[in-house]
Amino acid sequence: MIRNRFDRELDLLNDELIEMGNLIESAIKAAITALKEQNVDLARRIVDNDKEIDDMERAIEQRCLRLLLQQQPVAGDLRLISAALKMITDMERIGDQAADISEISIRLANETYLKELVHIPQMAEGAIKMVKNSIDSFVRRDIELVKEVILYDDTVDQLFDIIKNELVDLVREDRDSKEQVIDLLMIAKYLERIGDHAQNIAEWVYFAIKGEHYTW
Amino acid sequence: MNKFVIKNMNLYYGNFHALKGINMNINENEITALIGPSGCGKSTLLKSLNRMNDLVEKCKIQGDILLDGEDIYAENFDVNLLRKRVGMVFQKPNPFPMSIYDNIAYGPRTHGIKNRSKLDEIVERSLKAAAIWDEVKDDLKKNALRISGGQQQRLCIARALAVEPEVLLMDEPTSALDPISTAKIEDLIQELKKNYTIVIVTHNMQQATRVSDKTAFLLNGELIEFDQTVDLFSIPKDKRTEDYITGRFG
Repeated sequence: MIRNRFDRELDLLNDELIEMGNLIESAIKAAITALKEQNVDLARRIVDNDKEIDDMERAIEQRCLRLLLQQQPVAGDLRLISAALKMITDMERIGDQAADISEISIRLANETYLKELVHIPQMAEGAIKMVKNSIDSFVRRDIELVKEVILYDDTVDQLFDIIKNELVDLVREDRDSKEQVIDLLMIAKYLERIGDHAQNIAEWVYFAIKGEHYTW
Repeated sequence: MNKFVIKNMNLYYGNFHALKGINMNINENEITALIGPSGCGKSTLLKSLNRMNDLVEKCKIQGDILLDGEDIYAENFDVNLLRKRVGMVFQKPNPFPMSIYDNIAYGPRTHGIKNRSKLDEIVERSLKAAAIWDEVKDDLKKNALRISGGQQQRLCIARALAVEPEVLLMDEPTSALDPISTAKIEDLIQELKKNYTIVIVTHNMQQATRVSDKTAFLLNGELIEFDQTVDLFSIPKDKRTEDYITGRFG
């Protein structure tokens, strides 16, 4: 091995991506817990901690730019670093969406939910699974896991449709519920977007490994 | 269109098998880069394109190298004409110890051009084509050894262009130059591609990615991979290519 220093830097990049992945995964989990438990303190912490995720994005971006400048990577190295640069944008957006969900939770903390939250936590579970697997697929360079993430987005999308229909029915039954319904719909939409971002991450992992974009 | 077609070419220096079963086509008006570690055979391959290896003792070549469909190693092939059609620029600038003007006029004169105004025209055209005319036009009588290294190298390119070649072979043409002179030569190479076919040996892989259309990677006398430069440097097909270009070779 000649390029020890470069390889060490690539390992550090890998570690930072895993760390950022853990941060966003925890943020979504906590956001849903705060929503279910109507825990305002927890929700506030998620909103505050989003800065940590933003900082992490900047730090990884800096490392990638420095590697491009100093090492002039080619082939697999070039694809890996380019993919990392694209992935962190999606990861940062996921962090924002966890914070957005928490802001709504703070608003809903003193209200009684129109019905027990069942499908939203289910959808959150699906989105978290996609995020976790997309990062794992990067760490393990696992093409099969990449494909699994991409295909699983349909499941999350279906859950979104179910939730949307439920909420429409609720408005029909109780016209005063409109505001909460819209809030819950937005939460579902944020979760659906998280799934899309996880799918994007998986597609960049595919590119880094295969050197071509994923096609359906 | 193919300028050179190399078919199952083997080259030996005595018992040493320096090039092994090379098959490759070099396209007209394209820049082809040859890369690989020291001793891989890239300079040998370059030199075999204008039979510079003829000068090496115990050098034996098998297989075909066709220039516009003609075998350049055929018995009746005129080697002087070959070297006029396929010019060469070396690693270190090697101007002759004479004036700038005479350096450029040297080749045309040996090919029988004596007319002064014709020679003037060739000198101006060649120096312009090598992007050095503006810097030396008022100093054509100056000794060529007294201009800078970067200018000397462009002068050598101008000298190669003076005999109106079709192909330019370049053996690490910028490795002895500073970054600004290197950038000028690289720009010039891009310009020259419109009218010439260029084959360049380089140790600088960033240079290969910047200037060439296609890149060939050689290792131990074998052509490992030959592809569009962008593809070879982003999605190499052979593990050995990837290891070499990412600096993890060995």
